[in-house]
Amino acid sequence: MTSPPKETAALEVALRRETEIGRSAKSLGMRQLAIGAAIVVALVVPFVVKNFVIFQLTLVMVYGLAILGLNLLTGFNGQFSLGHSAFYGIGAYTAAILMDQTDVAYYWTLPCAGALCFVVGFLFGLPALRLQGLYLALATFALATAMPQILKFEPLEPLTGGVQGIAILKPDPPPGVPLDADQWLYYFTLAVLLVMFAGAANLVKSRTGRAIMAIRDHPIAAAAMGINTALYKTLTFGVSAFYTGVAGALGALAIQFVAPDSFTFLLSVSLLVGLVVGGVGSIPGSLIGGVFVLFVPNIAERVSTGLSGAIYGIILLLVIFVMPSGAAGFVRFAAARLGPM
Amino acid sequence: MELLLQQVLAGLATGAIYASMALAVVMIYQAIDHLNFAQGEMAMFSTFLAWQMLQWGWPYWAAFVVAVALSFLGGIAIERVLFKPIQNAPILSQLAAFIALYGILNSSAGEIWDFTIKSFPTPFGTTPLFGQGLISTHQAGMIAVTLVMLGLLYFFFRGSRLGLAMRAAATNPASARLVGIRVGWMIALGWGMSAAVGAVAGMLIAPVVFLEPNMMLGVLLYGFAGAVLGGLSSPGGAVAGGFAVGIIENLAGTFVPYVGRELKLTIALVLIVAVLMVKPSGVFGRAMVSRV
Repeated sequence: MTSPPKETAALEVALRRETEIGRSAKSLGMRQLAIGAAIVVALVVPFVVKNFVIFQLTLVMVYGLAILGLNLLTGFNGQFSLGHSAFYGIGAYTAAILMDQTDVAYYWTLPCAGALCFVVGFLFGLPALRLQGLYLALATFALATAMPQILKFEPLEPLTGGVQGIAILKPDPPPGVPLDADQWLYYFTLAVLLVMFAGAANLVKSRTGRAIMAIRDHPIAAAAMGINTALYKTLTFGVSAFYTGVAGALGALAIQFVAPDSFTFLLSVSLLVGLVVGGVGSIPGSLIGGVFVLFVPNIAERVSTGLSGAIYGIILLLVIFVMPSGAAGFVRFAAARLGPM
Repeated sequence: MELLLQQVLAGLATGAIYASMALAVVMIYQAIDHLNFAQGEMAMFSTFLAWQMLQWGWPYWAAFVVAVALSFLGGIAIERVLFKPIQNAPILSQLAAFIALYGILNSSAGEIWDFTIKSFPTPFGTTPLFGQGLISTHQAGMIAVTLVMLGLLYFFFRGSRLGLAMRAAATNPASARLVGIRVGWMIALGWGMSAAVGAVAGMLIAPVVFLEPNMMLGVLLYGFAGAVLGGLSSPGGAVAGGFAVGIIENLAGTFVPYVGRELKLTIALVLIVAVLMVKPSGVFGRAMVSRV
């Protein structure tokens, strides 16, 4: 007489699964609604706020995109990088050099920056195959530390402008569009952001994405299932660098200036903090990370200059100890709690 | 020939510092399988403490000893407060904790003592040793202090009961616990000693690179390069690796045009990537095997 309880238990599990599916479908609808609302707000905002705020929001999107790149690598593939400041820097410099030396239109600099970063990331990812976890963190740490020196390197000075860096012009809106340069760049960035976020969401949902996540969850089992771990790891590294490189190019367009000391190890730290605060493995969380990275140092500097590192550190520790799944996880948790009501 | 000899000796002097940093990194790596990215900032903070005591008019060696002792206690405190609670957390959390520690130490040092570059005294003087141009007294002092420290550590780990217990705790925590070793405290002790070794390295290199919150970033990178070259699983190898990268850095700086002088950090990057690609376990290290 042990089977009926078992059966009911199985039935209960099945029922619960059913309701869970129903709930996740409902939350999927909610999710699309939320995304739609966010896009509408993002479209209206530039007509409401001052130009400086528009500029800040553009930078939020830029950092969000860079953090998304890091997230694809760390959150979905389980590889660690302290070197994404270098890819961001390469992207920014590619855009600046192209606009400074040639008369390439500004929008062509993005694919160029992305492609170059993809190649560099892919090549850097090759040794990463043999480097697991910390070793990769170490190699990328070295890359981030060495990057400003490489950018200052004397023989490259005709190209990079050395310590002085390169100043570029803000792109004008196309003729006939009734927007000023800041607004135009905002919409341009928004469009790039939407395309790339949609791309990342699709990538993660695809067969490839499942392979990428399987490698994160259990590399040996993934290899046993026939996943070419070497190929997927290097490709993910390349794609991650691509995202961050495009973000770098957009950042250069927005700030209109690149210099070696903007791309130090501290930028990598910022991106990592944004990643952890926004939520590791959460695509919309990357944008929350972008908001954090842009505004928190500003607030910290109001208290005291040079304190932003300590504020970063303390918030990082708080997140690790109190909110391990980041802001996105907190939202999910809150929604799950409030959902049944 | 004289230039070569001079550069090798100068390389040994900076190599002594890299060796100390490499050893500090390896001591923590052995205990908790993590690279301490904040090791350089810990050493920098210790050096600032010593500088503050010197500003108060303390004699050099008193400040030196007190700074090392404070660093030892600080290292233990950091382990107890910060890293013990998250010892079973995923790698990313631990990495983030190291980065957090880096940020906190770096910017609070800047906040307390500001970011201007300060000079740090040397107890050895900077005249040429024995009146010859080969090596300065400070460089000789760097090598001597490091060798004494390494010798003491060697005898501590090989000859004392506590050293044996610490090695046991690092090699096989479970068995060590079974024979009554308090593994948690051994790890904390490892942190303390590593912080103390870093403090010595910081105070010795400060007269050369000058004192400021970012002074240790390059030194730490070379320390990592040394540790990786020698092997993260071998303290002796890490020390040898540290000396080796010191010499490589100096020779490349002198004899390779352009590259050596301006791209010092890039040399470390290339070294690290090359060693990790060719022989990830380092020259003296054991290869790692993962169990399914």
